[in-house]
Amino acid sequence: MVISARNLGQTYRSGGRTLTVLHDISLDVGAGEMMAIVGPSGSGKTTLLGLLAGLDRPATGSVHLLGQDLAALDEDGRAAFRAANVGFVFQAFQLIPTLTAVENVLVPLELAGALRSTSAADLRARASDLLGRVGLGDRIHHYPSQLSGGEQQRVALARAFAGRPKLLFADEPTGNLDAETGAVIIDLMMELNADAGTTLVLVTHDPGLAGRTNRILRLARGTIADGQG
Amino acid sequence: MRAPFALSLAWRESRSSIARMAAYMIAITIGVAALVAINSFRANLVRSIDAEARGLLGADLRLNSNTAMPDTVRAIVDSLENAVPGSTAGVTSTMSIALSQRGAGMVQLRGITGPYPLYGSMATDPPSLWGTLEGDHILVEPSLLSQLDAVVGDTLRIGGLRFVIAGVVTSLPQEVSFRNALGPRVFMDAAALDSTGLMQIGSIARHEVYVRMEDARVLERFVDTHHDLFRRSMIGFTTAAEQAEQLANVLDALGRFLGLVGLAALLLGGLAVASAIDVFIRSRRDTIAVLRCIGATQRTAFTAYLLQAVGLGIIGAGGGVLAGVALQAGLPALLRNVVPFDVSFSIEWPVLLAGLLVGTGVTIVFALLPLLEIRGITPLRALRVSVEPASTRDPLRWLVYALVPAVIAAISIWQAGRTVVGLAYAVALAFAGLILWLCATAVTRLTQRFFPRRARFPVRQGVANLFRPQNQTVAVTMAVGFGVFMLSALWVVQRNLLDWISLDAETGGRPNVVLIDIQSDQVESTRDTIARYSTKPAELTPIVPGKIVAVNGISATDLVSKRQTPRVEPWAVRREYRHTYRAEPTATEKIIAGSWWKGPVQPGAVAQISVEEDLLESLGAKLGDHITWDIQGVQIETVVTSVREVDWAQFETNFFVVFQPGVLESAPQTFVALVQADSSAVVPLQRAVAGAHSNISAIDVGGVQRTLERIVGRVAFAIRFMALFSMVAGALVLLAALAAGRFQRVRESALLRVLGARRAQVRGMLLTEYAALGLLAGLTGVVLGGTAGWLIVRYVFKLDFNLPFASLGGLAAGVVLMAALMGVYTSRNALAGTPLELLRDTTA
Repeated sequence: MVISARNLGQTYRSGGRTLTVLHDISLDVGAGEMMAIVGPSGSGKTTLLGLLAGLDRPATGSVHLLGQDLAALDEDGRAAFRAANVGFVFQAFQLIPTLTAVENVLVPLELAGALRSTSAADLRARASDLLGRVGLGDRIHHYPSQLSGGEQQRVALARAFAGRPKLLFADEPTGNLDAETGAVIIDLMMELNADAGTTLVLVTHDPGLAGRTNRILRLARGTIADGQG
Repeated sequence: MRAPFALSLAWRESRSSIARMAAYMIAITIGVAALVAINSFRANLVRSIDAEARGLLGADLRLNSNTAMPDTVRAIVDSLENAVPGSTAGVTSTMSIALSQRGAGMVQLRGITGPYPLYGSMATDPPSLWGTLEGDHILVEPSLLSQLDAVVGDTLRIGGLRFVIAGVVTSLPQEVSFRNALGPRVFMDAAALDSTGLMQIGSIARHEVYVRMEDARVLERFVDTHHDLFRRSMIGFTTAAEQAEQLANVLDALGRFLGLVGLAALLLGGLAVASAIDVFIRSRRDTIAVLRCIGATQRTAFTAYLLQAVGLGIIGAGGGVLAGVALQAGLPALLRNVVPFDVSFSIEWPVLLAGLLVGTGVTIVFALLPLLEIRGITPLRALRVSVEPASTRDPLRWLVYALVPAVIAAISIWQAGRTVVGLAYAVALAFAGLILWLCATAVTRLTQRFFPRRARFPVRQGVANLFRPQNQTVAVTMAVGFGVFMLSALWVVQRNLLDWISLDAETGGRPNVVLIDIQSDQVESTRDTIARYSTKPAELTPIVPGKIVAVNGISATDLVSKRQTPRVEPWAVRREYRHTYRAEPTATEKIIAGSWWKGPVQPGAVAQISVEEDLLESLGAKLGDHITWDIQGVQIETVVTSVREVDWAQFETNFFVVFQPGVLESAPQTFVALVQADSSAVVPLQRAVAGAHSNISAIDVGGVQRTLERIVGRVAFAIRFMALFSMVAGALVLLAALAAGRFQRVRESALLRVLGARRAQVRGMLLTEYAALGLLAGLTGVVLGGTAGWLIVRYVFKLDFNLPFASLGGLAAGVVLMAALMGVYTSRNALAGTPLELLRDTTA
């Protein structure tokens, strides 16, 4: 299994009370699988995604990614693991505004230490190639503020796939885009995903997008309402 | 309806913003506090001087002369005394060595006649001794006891006579003079001073007559009537009002200068406000867009935020006014040795009001630029986040660009009190700002050009942050660099002044004791005495007093009273000169025109003289001109055959006029000797000299230097204290400037962590960026400050320049450290919490 979660639970303190946002979730995701997490607002979708990606520690239960128990890693260990194995796509794109498109794509490569084995020029060529594949070959030196929302999300896609991750997490990747642009982004993501054989977990409200995955996990009030765990 | 809505909106908004903005308003508070404190204190000073004018002088009128009062003047004073008994008093002053049983040292003797001071009183310990001085009883300044290792009741030997220390004077007369550095004061009856025989011809003495004349019109008439007589007799006269005014002018100038140093703090505060408002407005863009969507006009939105700035300005400046008053109460202690009398504390309402207005004004003017951004925020932004503010050219922007320098110049002129000084200050600030901006811009370009491509990830990211969009390089360099510039310039000037004062008698191999008033028949024995305490043979220089009778046949009176071309300075004609004669020029003088004489004056020839260049110009004379001198009643004709440039800064016996040998040898003269002695030999030398010839003064230059250093140190401390405000304000600007970028850096760091950056990498990145910023700001500020210091030392004070390398380096290092700590602090924020919060930030 690429992802294996057991009895995951998460609580937050708010206004002096303890809120249980996730309760007893167990699931497995196999290699190359595409899974959509859906559910109403506040059902714990993003919390679950964060726990699966190792962005936060669960209150209870465990997560294994590619056989690695995340609980055994400290903060830096998880960061190193992400740099080597995980890609991200966000609803609000989350490009670094002070870096150009190509520099944004280079960041995960540099963090993964790619410069130790590959020359800077080669890395740059690879980043430029990726930007070419998402249709931004002529805009690689533009800053995020000079790009439209759809273009920014394409840069984000290029960045997500730059490190050839085994796992891709996407949080409402079309949430900030119009339907037409969103469709293009989804096509692009599916295409890149298929080419790379990446395991994909995405959170979405969009039934169309969810329908294009192999599997839908429905959450309600912090537990699995429907779908195979 | 618009205004009330803007007001209520401003009020509601400020509830959440006030805490965040408060930190930056402290910068305004600090600046206003500095200004209010120093300006209030200055006003207190002037008030105190006015109130104590008569007490400061001890009379309504003082006449003073270097020689005994001529009979004509004596007669006038006597008639005043006869008309109103007790309305005049006299003080005769000279210097001498005093010997106690265990010590020796120079003292200033004051021989008192009549009820001096005519206003005010002298407190003594034991009490009520003043006015009972007679015979061999003396009162002394407290410091004499410690210097001479003596106690009340001991005997002092002065001028060959024995005196009993009856007590100490605890409240000393208000003498505003560096003369006090020459030695503690000893008060005795005038007759007793006469009996010491110290008041010989050529002795350095001062004769003062004090007059009580309460009616200002009578006083004015008296001065008018006798004006010419006083001038002719070389008698100086000062009224209490004049003296108070002079003193007030000097202290006012010092106060205004300190105020300008404080003003820099306020202007830095303005920068902090500008940064803080900028960040605030950026965080409010969405709110403003929504307000626009639901019908608020551009003007309403702008007014609402402008009102908040005004409110913050009033709060900040108001706090500054309160802090300033507290500080004002503490300033007298700080300036104790600089201000020669007690300053009574009183609240200066006009100063407080001015502080409030200036503080609020600076806040508003500096807030205007970032506030103008509001006018560019379109309602569309509420629908589409990616819409950038329209970059249309706002005509108001140009108005604000013009307003900022105009307001700074106006405030500078107001604080300086003089248009030229205020403008020069504003221009100097602008120039420093321009240089800092240029340096920062150059560095951003250069780092981009010579980017360390092979460096590790954190270093590359950190360095790249120096030139990437929304970098903080220019803002931080200008803000921090400015504070560093002020501090280092002041430090460099102070160091050089202190270096100049400490000629360093012991290590420099320079003379450290000066013997004066050596009479002709004491030359040989004094030479022998010196030889016992100094390894270097003593050189005795003759001094012959003289006055100008005529220049090229035009009498001294005509030279001063009638218009002459070239212009003649009255002081140069009237002064009492001390001449010398010698065969060769000394090492500290250089002939710049004409030639030095060969041998003594030939019989029948006119005696040659060499004149110092500036004096020659003041006399309106030139090479070849004839000057007639009155040397002790004998008229001597001379011709100017050479002009000298004299290095007065060197501790040597230098003279305005040097005579060719063969003329003055037979005139009554005294000698001066510069002696180099070990510090342990100074007191024994003084004892030996006083034992042999009581009229000779032996001044310990080292002691004088230490006193002067203390005084300069006090002034310098006061200046640095004010500069400290700039530094604190500068630090706040640094915080404000960095806070502007911090939000973004924290966000970026969180994102990098999601993408796999380790904590050390994030920390290294921020540390690199902030340390580089600190290095840039520190270095630029120090270099600018050093240069400004060099200009001031070299061209204002005309002194040799030494760069205090270590301390400036320390300052720059301190700035780097501070910036680096700021980086560490930011990284703590960036590393707190989980990267998941980044997702939470934006997802529904």
